[in-house]
Amino acid sequence: MASGIKDKVVILGMGCSKFGERWDANAQDLMVESFEEALKDSGIDRKQIDAAWLGTAIEEQHVGKSAVPLAMTLRLPYIPVTRVENYCATGTEALRGAVYAVASGAADIAMALGVEKLKDTGYGGLPQRSRGALNDLFWPNLSAPGSFAQLAAAYRAKHGANKDDLKRAMAHISVKSHANAAKNAKAHLRNAITEEDVLRAPMIAEPLGLFDCCGVSDGSACAIVTTPDIARGLGKKDLVAVKALQLAVSNGEEVQYDKWDGSYFATTRIAAARAYKEAGITRPREQVSLVDVHDCFSVTELVTMEDLQLSAEGTAIRDVLDGFFDADGQVPCQIDGGLKCFGHPIGASGLRMVYEMYLQLSGRAGERQRAAPVWGMTHNLGGFPSQNVSSVTIVGQYGA
Amino acid sequence: MANDFGILSFGAYLPRARMQRKAIAAANGWFAPGLKGQGKGERAIGNWDEDTITMAVEAARDCLGDTDRGALRQVVLASTTHPFDDRQNATVVATALHLSSALRTSDAAGSLRAGTGALIAALEGRERCLVIASDMRRAKAGSNQEMQYGDGAAAMLVGEGTPVARLLGAHTESVDFVHQYRMGDKDTDYGWEERWIRDEGYLKIVPKAVSVLLGRCGVEPAAVAHFVMPGTLSRVQAAVAKKCGLPETAVRDPLGAVVGDTGAAHALLMLAAALEDAKPGEKILVAGFGEGCDALLLEVGTGSGAARRGVKGALAERREESNYMRWLSFTGTLDLERGMRAEVDKVTAMTVLYRNRDMIEGLVGGKCRACGTVQFPRQRYCVNPECNALDSQDDYVFSERTGKVLSYTADGLTYSPDPPTYFGMVQVDGGGRMLMDFTEVEPASMDVGLPVKMVFRIKDADPNRGFVRYFWKAAPAARS
Repeated sequence: MASGIKDKVVILGMGCSKFGERWDANAQDLMVESFEEALKDSGIDRKQIDAAWLGTAIEEQHVGKSAVPLAMTLRLPYIPVTRVENYCATGTEALRGAVYAVASGAADIAMALGVEKLKDTGYGGLPQRSRGALNDLFWPNLSAPGSFAQLAAAYRAKHGANKDDLKRAMAHISVKSHANAAKNAKAHLRNAITEEDVLRAPMIAEPLGLFDCCGVSDGSACAIVTTPDIARGLGKKDLVAVKALQLAVSNGEEVQYDKWDGSYFATTRIAAARAYKEAGITRPREQVSLVDVHDCFSVTELVTMEDLQLSAEGTAIRDVLDGFFDADGQVPCQIDGGLKCFGHPIGASGLRMVYEMYLQLSGRAGERQRAAPVWGMTHNLGGFPSQNVSSVTIVGQYGA
Repeated sequence: MANDFGILSFGAYLPRARMQRKAIAAANGWFAPGLKGQGKGERAIGNWDEDTITMAVEAARDCLGDTDRGALRQVVLASTTHPFDDRQNATVVATALHLSSALRTSDAAGSLRAGTGALIAALEGRERCLVIASDMRRAKAGSNQEMQYGDGAAAMLVGEGTPVARLLGAHTESVDFVHQYRMGDKDTDYGWEERWIRDEGYLKIVPKAVSVLLGRCGVEPAAVAHFVMPGTLSRVQAAVAKKCGLPETAVRDPLGAVVGDTGAAHALLMLAAALEDAKPGEKILVAGFGEGCDALLLEVGTGSGAARRGVKGALAERREESNYMRWLSFTGTLDLERGMRAEVDKVTAMTVLYRNRDMIEGLVGGKCRACGTVQFPRQRYCVNPECNALDSQDDYVFSERTGKVLSYTADGLTYSPDPPTYFGMVQVDGGGRMLMDFTEVEPASMDVGLPVKMVFRIKDADPNRGFVRYFWKAAPAARS
């Protein structure tokens, strides 16, 4: 049995660009923005970074292939740099590379940087591209909202949920995220909205309306990680450590085998169970202090609450409507606005979630600060409900 | 008539949508007020994802039913609107039907007589042959043809067995009488004056062919129980019947009010309708007009090769369409702004299509010999986590299976010629599942659990290189 990642790696510094429609910025500008903040936060020089990972998903839209764009943009001194891509879970994948490098002892200090520049397509929503020569011959020509909307139909059927109740809970999720983002200067969408606004919005992919969908944003986020000893040696106190970092990838059972019912993420359930075990969490609903999940669509957030065991199966609608996940609820979800309102520059999103947890655990979250958080959890997902990549990261005070 | 040779079974297909002619007349009345008189009844129109090939596949499936497809030796696809000029259309149909490659396939084209000609050749041959006739003709907006044409297909299985009907004789008159024509670089037909077509064409050429045929067969005109002759001219069937001495009661309805004229398919479609009504021993006379006339005399047998759906079923499975603009955009007559999402380049790798042709065109998946799990697509390792056997799967054909909707959405963001795009997960009865496009959806009845069937359709098109990709979609199985 592997000993796991718990407390082997700590965060030395983090940075995050302003997310949004960054008409002013190239992907390279966004990289510099998050890197500068992370570098200052860590208090090191770029020459102290032993290895780096670049996470970017739709590279043909902006920086192109390979890790070279990161190395060139940041003038990294001929160190090993790797580019990773794993659908919308790309950001967490970059972090995983850096964390594993430090945990293995191969690197003292490693960096993960995620970036995406999406607003150069000429239209709203994610860029539509080929999904591969064979997939294009038989996959539906689906959009992201279309694929995630499937969850709503299957969830309703499974739990006998009323269409209106589900739609209302989904609306509550979006209203809450907008309210949270209003307190976040780096967030893309900072306007408050009402449940009425959500319910009246134009339909995108039934039953998902415009306000059930997250922002398509430009942005970048960066993490610099090291060992607890090196961090202390550099004068860091109140270290935030990685407690768990788990990934589960679909092997085709959901989409090809006859057991999955379409109403949940098989991968998230597995990744979450592994992460809780790695971190030593036994009662997630009581123990997790706050969570940032992959709320690409309101319905994704809803079912994920159950997949992460924060709500019992079939009870997420009630928990959401009860305010359990609101900013002043028991387990605040998307305290920074989430993908919904902080925005979703794909390669950056997983790192952006950890950035918020790092701020919260360091007591630097400003207006959004929660009292004495212990466990901060992030959930970063990529793909479609029927075949996807799901990652769960848990951070907390080192040694706690 | 055991072990006789003849038509063993028949099938038909009509697109569900029936354009209301009064909508065509209303849209074009400002320009062509003469259309108002034709603004009655309805005509079958193909959906955006249908063409001559997809309709042919559906008619063939209706005709073949559960018969042994392995026994087929020939497949002919007759049409004047084959999607491909080079790439045999019949071979695409054969692949969709999951037929053996040891098969003589051919396209019959170039005339409205293509369907009757192919049927004569099959009935005068000795091999088990599937004759399919399918047509989807374009017409200019505001033209008579737009009113009169219809889209549809029919299929006849010919071979040894207990026929539904056998051929008593056939005769063809080949005459270069140009009542209408279409050269290769044109989308629509050019026609001459109707009165001349009736007087010099139908009323002279058809009676001559009929008279030669009946004389040779030694059958009196009065003995014909069903007279099948396409033709859109008013009452031309009755006039020809009278001139030939055929009983007035034998004249079959050309289905103008409910289908329209389906071109090269129409004689076979009308024959299929006649076979649904005919009694053993009755004689059916078929006349196919166009650059002369094909005439066939058939005798109805005792075979019970009734189609599963047939013409009656196809007529009943209908949806009234009054959105003329939508239809114009489907046929390409109207060039709508499709938006930037439609600009995605759809190049097809022929290598990939060829390697996976059974899966893509035939909807063939796998069934694991080790654990029995049915799955799509067929991968090297079995999907069952308790099995994961390597190379353990036999072909498993999903196309004739029904299924149920497990999840769905109406996607208004992605590009579709007919938004929103309905797609979702289908749980196939008997095992296997797939995330697939839906077609022919009735929005109000769409829900989890809806029974669906598989239909062969156009998936998308590559306008840059002029290619069409086909795949299977799920369509509601039964309608109330």
